Amino acid sequence: MGIAIKMPALSPTMEEGTLAKWLVKEGDDVRSGDILAEIETDKATMEFEAVDEGKIGKIMIAEGTEGVKVGTVIAEMAGEGGEEAAPAPKAAAPAKAEAAPEAPKKPVAVKATVADPSLPAGTEYVKTTVREALRDAMAEEMRSDERVFVIGEEVAEYQGAYKVTQGLLDEFGAKRVIDTPITEYGFAGIGTGAAMGGLRPIVEFMTFNFAMQAIDHIINSAAKTNYMSGGQMRCPIVFRGPNGAASRVGAQHSQNYAPWYAAVPGLIVIAPYDAADAKGLLKAAIRSQDPVVFLENELLYGRSFDVPKVDDYILPIGKARIMRSGSDVTLVSYSIGVGLALEAAETLAAEGIDAEVIDLRTLRPLDTATVLESLKKTNRLVVVEEGWPTCSIASEIAAVVMEQGFDDLDAPVLRVTNEDVPLPYAANLEKAALIDAARVVAAAKKVCYK
Amino acid sequence: MLEFYRQMVLIRRFEEKAGQLYGLGLIGGFCHLYIGQEAVAVGIQSALKPGKDSVITGYRDHGHMLAYGIDPNVIMAELTGREAGISRGKGGSMHMFSVEHKFFGGHGIVGAQVSLGAGLGFAHKYNGDGGVCVAYFGDGAANQGQVYESFNMAELWKLPIIFVIENNQYAMGTSVNRSSAEDQLYRRGESFRIPGIQVNGMDVLAVRGATEEALKWVQGGNGPILLEMKTYRYRGHSMSDPAKYRSREEVQAMRDKSDPIEGVKAYLAAQGVGEDELKKIDQDIRKIVSEAADFAETSPEPDMAELYTDVLVEQY
Repeated sequence: MGIAIKMPALSPTMEEGTLAKWLVKEGDDVRSGDILAEIETDKATMEFEAVDEGKIGKIMIAEGTEGVKVGTVIAEMAGEGGEEAAPAPKAAAPAKAEAAPEAPKKPVAVKATVADPSLPAGTEYVKTTVREALRDAMAEEMRSDERVFVIGEEVAEYQGAYKVTQGLLDEFGAKRVIDTPITEYGFAGIGTGAAMGGLRPIVEFMTFNFAMQAIDHIINSAAKTNYMSGGQMRCPIVFRGPNGAASRVGAQHSQNYAPWYAAVPGLIVIAPYDAADAKGLLKAAIRSQDPVVFLENELLYGRSFDVPKVDDYILPIGKARIMRSGSDVTLVSYSIGVGLALEAAETLAAEGIDAEVIDLRTLRPLDTATVLESLKKTNRLVVVEEGWPTCSIASEIAAVVMEQGFDDLDAPVLRVTNEDVPLPYAANLEKAALIDAARVVAAAKKVCYK
Repeated sequence: MLEFYRQMVLIRRFEEKAGQLYGLGLIGGFCHLYIGQEAVAVGIQSALKPGKDSVITGYRDHGHMLAYGIDPNVIMAELTGREAGISRGKGGSMHMFSVEHKFFGGHGIVGAQVSLGAGLGFAHKYNGDGGVCVAYFGDGAANQGQVYESFNMAELWKLPIIFVIENNQYAMGTSVNRSSAEDQLYRRGESFRIPGIQVNGMDVLAVRGATEEALKWVQGGNGPILLEMKTYRYRGHSMSDPAKYRSREEVQAMRDKSDPIEGVKAYLAAQGVGEDELKKIDQDIRKIVSEAADFAETSPEPDMAELYTDVLVEQY
């Protein structure tokens, strides 16, 4: 019995990949460390090494095959003396630790969401990943405005630690797509200074966890300048990057900073869920004359959504979106929580509860009108937030609803948030600490007294 | 040289007046006077091209602003927190800006202006406008980490920027020797291959000369350069600092031997400029400063509506 060679997981969040190329053929002798194949994930093409010695028996998956699930047997190796199957070969270590992590949550099949009413009927939609949508937004804005440039760690030659800036260096050159040393405080300051000097920087943080080193410039330099100067000195800048929990990367790399930034007057804070919003809102952010914190989510980068095929798809900042209309309970969320709220809404529908799902999209300024309008209809509200409960966006929504929508409430507002602990590493503990659709369902039923 | 004299006397008298107004409760919060350091801003500014080169500094900024030709009235009115202030009364002593004069503030977080200044230098290079940024910071800020992050990128990308350390010997109450392992601050760029020059910051001509050299270096596409200006502040770090960390004798000795204004005076006298001419300038300046103080005292406070303006530029 030979050794089964399985499709490796080349990052914590990889679920499938393309077997780009076999570097061995049937009958070849291989030794531990030989490169067997090149495997393309949505983020990078990686080499796949042999762990064991032996002869390649049968190749089961032809090169060029796309969508090969992790764990699929791609070849068999005839071991020495026909021993039992050994553990599957491990992948070569990712080139950069930070570049690897992504997460294992299954994309949720959701009912078609409410279409953007501003688009004409018959608009064509193109399936686009959030990652591509963000890149397209930057590329379009860079084409139309010479002042726009991208700066950050690994944004140029590496093509983005999470591949979000892929292709930008080729199109726009090193003047406008700039790799920095690992120096967040410094390059956030340089970006902010460049904005003060009249440019339109997009500062990418490899993750917002690292932006903690730079938060002084985001808040003290970028957010306050216009006010402190009596409106004289602008700071049109976008700080963007992945935010929130990834997968199995521990407490220092798993945190939602939305409430931190949303607390600061002078900033615009945007946290999109799907690809169309990612594109339309990032374009709006780049054009805004105000400093914008644009919070992406690593787990959403690879998910595909319909993006309208129109010239210059731009969305208004500060407007929430009704993702699903319903009459029994309002589920308010943003970023990755929207997917869970939509999933919960499907489950609730099966149980006879018709949930309305609102994606806040912009967290500062907050579109409270849309939330309060929905509450008038449903009289029940649950906030879904992948983040800590204390001083959260959920707390803010609860306060707004209490102050301005008290008479419309038939039940207390409930918050479904992560547990109030640093995110643990162990798979079971991590799962327990993070929100899921089941918790949203339970909370929705509770406010409906069902 | 007479213009140097005029500007330095203006800064000194203005700052003295600000000190008085602070004592009267007309200026609140922090107020960091530039007295003693006048030659630095005046000498450097005289070598720059107005409207082309940009400048950024920390919180000890009103002295600088006068050197850039900004109207003393609006500066003093900002100090007193009035509507007519350059930041409409919303910035205060540490937060003044004049985009028109390419003066980018006015920053209260020690060292932040160094990274921001590198960004201004980046913009000069990106736009190819031939401008140079001058980023001022103190001996205290010279110990902040982001200064070195900025040094690294500025040299790596050959940004057109002059880093100016105004070494006034004390970071609030801590002397350079007590805070800096390498107290020769002009050497602080060495590991980034940024050349440094130590300059007598009490001598306006030395400052001017060093700035010209620095500009030549930077404009030649050689990247940044560091100027350490050895200077001294006569007053406390801010108005609320009793300055007990140094002796009266030390301050007095500096005033007697190295005062930048006295230095210019002596030079002018040697050139045959009469006392009367200087007296005339002194009188003019007293008038300007006293008018600025009147203006700042009598201007109305900001309208309450100002509370909510300028938080964001756009409406969402």
